[in-house]
Amino acid sequence: MRCSSQTGPWLGALCGPCCLALWLACAAPVATQGTTESPAAPAIALPEVAPGALRAPAVFDAVPDPAQRSSALFTELARVLLHPRCVNCHVEGDSPAQGAHFEQHEPPVLRGPEDRGVVGMECESCHQDRNLELSRVPGAVGWRLPPRAMAWQGKAPSELCAQLKDPVRNGQRGLADIVEHSRRDPLVAWGWQPGFERQPAPGSQAEFAALVAAWVSSGAQCPEAEDAVPVNIGANHD
Amino acid sequence: MTEATSSPIQLRVNGVERELRVDPDMPLLWVLRDVLGLTGTKYGCGQALCGACSVHLDGAVVRSCCTPVRRAEGRDVTTIEGLSEDGTHPLQQAWIELGVPQCGFCQAGQIMTAAALLRKQPKPSPEQVEQSLAGNLCRCGTYTRIRAAVQRAAELTKG
Repeated sequence: MRCSSQTGPWLGALCGPCCLALWLACAAPVATQGTTESPAAPAIALPEVAPGALRAPAVFDAVPDPAQRSSALFTELARVLLHPRCVNCHVEGDSPAQGAHFEQHEPPVLRGPEDRGVVGMECESCHQDRNLELSRVPGAVGWRLPPRAMAWQGKAPSELCAQLKDPVRNGQRGLADIVEHSRRDPLVAWGWQPGFERQPAPGSQAEFAALVAAWVSSGAQCPEAEDAVPVNIGANHD
Repeated sequence: MTEATSSPIQLRVNGVERELRVDPDMPLLWVLRDVLGLTGTKYGCGQALCGACSVHLDGAVVRSCCTPVRRAEGRDVTTIEGLSEDGTHPLQQAWIELGVPQCGFCQAGQIMTAAALLRKQPKPSPEQVEQSLAGNLCRCGTYTRIRAAVQRAAELTKG
C-alpha cells in the first residue's frame, strides 16, 4: 500500500484505532510520486484492539522512535478523552450532553457562573455522590462541569494533547498531577462505572492511568497536527 | 421516632427536629410523603426530569425523588408546607393573585424552585427566571402565568 501524509488520517477515520499499526507506518517519510523520496518505513504491527478495550503501554514498545511512541500513547489514551462519558461534560457551550450521541441533557441545565448549574437547577440538585439505579441518575462525588477551558468536544488528539499540557487549560496541573488525577479522581473514575446501561469508557481506569503515566514518562509528546487522526469514537458509542 | 428499623437519621423538616429509622437510601420524597405525611410535595417522574418533587435542602433545591434521605442527615429540609407559616410567602400571594395553577400537580415544585431563586436573586431578570425554572415541567402549560407570578412575587418582596 502506498502511503502519504494524508493517508494515515483517512485510514484512522475509516477504521479507527484498529488501524493504528498502518497509521504508524504511514506517519514515517514515504515515497511519493515525482518528489523527493525516502524509503517507506516497515509497518509496525500493533495488535488490534476492541472498541471497548485499551492497548497496554507495553504494546507501544514496538514503536522504535521515542517521540512517535509517546505520541502514539497519547493517541491511544485520547480514545478515552473523546468517549461520550468524558466529552458529554467536557463541552465548550453552556450545557452538557448525555447519552451516546451527544443528546441534549434533560432537564435543560446550564453551566452557571461556577460550572455547577444555576440557582434552582444546580448539578447536585439531581446528581448524588453515586449512581442511582432506580432513577437512572448518574452520580459521583463533586458532580459538576469542567471549566469551559477544559472543553474537549470536537477536538483532534493533537489539540487535546496541547490543551492537556497547558496549565491555563488543565486546571493548573503539572504532568504528575495529570497522572494522579487520571488515577484517583472520582469523576474520572465514573467514566468506567457509569451505571444504568451507559457504555463505559474503553478499558479501565487503571489501564487509562497507566497509559497516561507512560505517555508522561515517555516525554509527553503530542501527535503532529497532520497526524492527529480523528479517532473513530463512533465505534465506542454502541 | 418513626418506623422501627436500624440506625436513626436526624434532620429538620420545616423547622421540626425529626429522628427517623428508615433505609438511608430511601428517597427523601418517600420520607416526606409516606413517613411524615407531608404530601404537598409530589411524585412526578421519579427520574429527576420534571421537578414536581423539588424541595429545599439547606436552602438549595434538590429533587427529592432521587435524593437519598442520608444526604439530609443533620440538615434542614423545607417543603411547600414550610415555605411560610400562614401561606403568605410572596410567591404564594402572587400565585393566588394571578390564578396560576390549573391542575396544580406541579405547582409545589415550581414554587419551591422559584423561592430558591428569589432568595438569591430578589429581582431576577426574565432570563434568570426562565433558566432556573426550565427544568420544572407543567403539563397544563401554565408557564406564562408561572413566569408572571414569579415577577409579581419579586415586586411583593420587601427590600
